[in-house]
Amino acid sequence: MALVLDQDQTLLRSTATQFARDRLPVANLRRLRDTGDATGFDRDAWREMAELGWTGMLIPESLGGNGFGHFGLGLVLEALGRTLAASPLFSTVVLAGTALELAGDAEPARDLLRQIASGDTVLALAHEEHPRHRPFAIATTARRDGDGYVLNGRKRFVIDGHVAASLLVVARTSGADDDRRGLSLFLLDGAEPGVSRHRLRLADSRNSADVQLSDVRVDRSALLGEVGAAGPVLERVLDVGRILLSAEMFGAAQQVFETTLEYLKQRQQFGVPIGSFQALQHRAVQMYTEIELARSVLHAALTALDENGATDVPRLASVCKACVNDAFHLVSNEAVQMHGGIGMTDQVDVGLYLKRARVAEATLGTTAFHRERYAELQGF
Amino acid sequence: MSELDRFRDDVRAWIAANYPPSLREPLRVDSPDTPWGGRKTRYLNPDVQVWMDRMAAKGWSTPEWQPEHGGAGLTPERARVLREVLAAAGCRPPVISFGLMMLAPVLHEFASEEQRRHFLPPIARGEIRWCQGYSEPGAGSDLAGLKTRAEDLGDHFLVNGQKIWTSYADQADWIFCLVRTNTESKHGGISFLLIDMTSPGIEVRPIQLISGKSPFCEVFLTDVRVPKQNLVGKPGEGWKIAKRLLQHERANISTHLQTGLGGSPTGRTLAELARSYAGERDGRIADAHLRDAVARHEIRSEAIALTLRRVQEESGKQGPSALSSITKSLGAQHNKDKHELMVEILGLAGLGWDGAPFTDEEVEVCRQWLRSKGNSIEGGTSEIQTNIVAKQVLGLPD
Repeated sequence: MALVLDQDQTLLRSTATQFARDRLPVANLRRLRDTGDATGFDRDAWREMAELGWTGMLIPESLGGNGFGHFGLGLVLEALGRTLAASPLFSTVVLAGTALELAGDAEPARDLLRQIASGDTVLALAHEEHPRHRPFAIATTARRDGDGYVLNGRKRFVIDGHVAASLLVVARTSGADDDRRGLSLFLLDGAEPGVSRHRLRLADSRNSADVQLSDVRVDRSALLGEVGAAGPVLERVLDVGRILLSAEMFGAAQQVFETTLEYLKQRQQFGVPIGSFQALQHRAVQMYTEIELARSVLHAALTALDENGATDVPRLASVCKACVNDAFHLVSNEAVQMHGGIGMTDQVDVGLYLKRARVAEATLGTTAFHRERYAELQGF
Repeated sequence: MSELDRFRDDVRAWIAANYPPSLREPLRVDSPDTPWGGRKTRYLNPDVQVWMDRMAAKGWSTPEWQPEHGGAGLTPERARVLREVLAAAGCRPPVISFGLMMLAPVLHEFASEEQRRHFLPPIARGEIRWCQGYSEPGAGSDLAGLKTRAEDLGDHFLVNGQKIWTSYADQADWIFCLVRTNTESKHGGISFLLIDMTSPGIEVRPIQLISGKSPFCEVFLTDVRVPKQNLVGKPGEGWKIAKRLLQHERANISTHLQTGLGGSPTGRTLAELARSYAGERDGRIADAHLRDAVARHEIRSEAIALTLRRVQEESGKQGPSALSSITKSLGAQHNKDKHELMVEILGLAGLGWDGAPFTDEEVEVCRQWLRSKGNSIEGGTSEIQTNIVAKQVLGLPD
C-alpha cells in the first residue's frame, strides 16, 4: 500500500492547488453567497476542470474518461477543499458517476458516463431522507404501474439537487424502512412532472436541495440495474463518497490549520508573537498530530478504492471519515479561538471553514455513525 | 533459479531444522521470555537461549553487520530475504536488547574500529546486556543538567555520581553512561562512557513502582575507575551521541507500543474483554458506552498503525520523517488510554492487586495500567516532545 505520494501524484496535486488558488479562491465562494448565485458554482471553472481531465478520472477510457483513479481524484478534491471551492465534482463524478458505473450497463447509463467525462452534465444522487445520515431509512416508494413505475417520497439534502439535469433516486420497491434489501435505483429527468425541487440554504453556502416526488411516472427503462438490487451498489457509492468527501475535508482542514499557524507567528500581544506561548504551541501540535493521522488513513482508504477486490473498503471508509471528521472538527474550532475576536468576524475566512466543517461532518455520517458502523463491521 | 531464491530456500530449510517448536507462539509484550541476553537473564523457556545461540552462530541476529562485528555480512537484498522468511515462519526475534536497539547504532556511527570489534559482537550474540545511564535525580527533562563527574586521571577516568530510572540496571552487565568531563560548558562538557557494571564502586538499587514492579533502578557510582579506551567519541561529544541515541530509543518505543496496540496482557482484544465483562446482546457488546469506546479506540489504533507505516515508507524514500517526532507521545497516550479502558471494562476485577479470586489477566491489567503511566514520562516526557515538535516541525517561536 502506498501511503506516500509518487511524482505523478505530487504533480497532479500541485496543478490542482494552483488551479484552486487562481480560479476558485475562497473569494469565489463569497461571491456565490453574496450575489445569491442561482447555480451555486462557477460554470466556466467547471468547464476548465473537465478540460483538465478531472471529470473523467473515475471513468474508463472506452467511455471518454482517463481512469486515473480515486487516489488522483482525491488529490484534486483535497486541493479544491483548501479554498472551499464549490463544484459538481462530488455530486456528479463521485456519487452519480459511481452509481451509474455500478448499476447501469444499459445505454442510458453509458451515455451519461460519457457526458460526465466530458463535463457536459451535472447529476445528483437523491438518497437521504433524514437530517441525520441513515443510509437505508428509505421511505420513498417506487410502485409498479403498467410497464413503468410511479415514485412518491421526499428526498433531503440532495447535493446540487436544484441544478442537476438528472437525478439518481434511491427508492423502495419492497421491504420495510431500514431494510437493506428492496431498494432500487431510478434515473429521472430533473424536469419530470411531479418533481419539485427546493434549494436549501445551509451554513456553508454550498449547494443542497430538498426534492419532492409526487406521483412521478417513469418508464421501465428508468430503472438502473435489477429491481431491488440497489442496496450493495448504494453501500459502495456511499463508501466512495465518504472517502472522497474526506479528501475534500482534509484539504480544508490543512488549509485552516496552516492559516492559523501563520497567525500564531504573526499576531503580537504582550510584545511577543502569541505562538511563543506554550499553551498555544501544545494545542497546535495536537492539531498537527490529528491532521497527520487523518492523512495516513485517507491515503490508505484512497489506495484501497483503486485496488481490485479490496475487501477492507467499508472498514477503511468508516475509519477514514471518523478520523477526518474529528481532525476537521478540532482544527476548525481551534482556528476560531486562536484567531480571537477577528476569528468571529465574517471578514476573515476561518468562519467559512468552521461552517463547511460541520456540514461535511454530518454528510454521509458523523463520527458517532462511523464508530457504530465500525463496531458492526468488526463484529462487536 | 536466481541466487536470491536459492538463498531463500536455504533459509527456509535451516529454519525448519533449527527453529525450536516451543517458540511457535508469538512473544507477548513484557513476557519473561523476552530475549534480553546477558549473563544474568533467566528465561522460563530454555529454548529462548537455544534460538539466540543458533542465530548468533550464523551471524543472522544482525545479518548486515560485518562478521568481525558479529554479523554475517549479508547484502541488503539477502538480509531482506532473511527477514521476510523469518517473519513468514513466525520466528521470534533472537535478541531484543537496549544494546542492539540503542547502543549499537551509535557505536557504528561514533566508535573507533577497535571499540566496534570489541563491543559489537557480544551485543549481536546476546552475551552482554546493556543498560542506559542517562537520567539523574536533578536531570530529568533537563537531561543536559547532569552532574555525574568523570575526572581524567591520566590512564583512566574516576567516576562519581548517581543515575536514576535506569531500566533493568540490576539485570545488566554493562552501562552506557552520560558523564560530565567538563563543568564549564553545559552541553559541551558531556561525554559518552561505557562502564562494566562489575567495576568496584557501583551499587544498584531497584525502585519499587506504583505497579509493584521494579523495572527501574538507581545506580550509585563511587570512585569507579573506567579505562580511557571506554570513551566513545571525543571528550565533550557526549551530547551529540546522546541525542542520536535518543532518536533510536524513541523510534523503538513507538514500535514497541505499536506491537501492543490492540490487546490485553493475555492477548484478548478489547472487544473480547468487553464481551466477557459487560456481556453481549445480539452479538454486540451489551454496554453501549463501552462499545463506542472500544470502537473509538480501535479506529485510532488503525490510524496510528497506518501512520507508523507511513513514517517507515517516508524514511525509506525521503530520509528521517518529521512525523517520527510525534509518534512517541502519540503512542504513549494511546497506550495509556488503552489501559484506562481495560480497567474500565473489567470494573473492580481490573483493580485486583493479587491473590484469589483474581485471574493472572486481571492482575496484569491492573499492574500494566499503573505501569503505562510511565509511557509519557520515560524517554522524554510528552510535554518535552511536544515542545520539540512545536519549534522544530511547526516553526513556532521561542
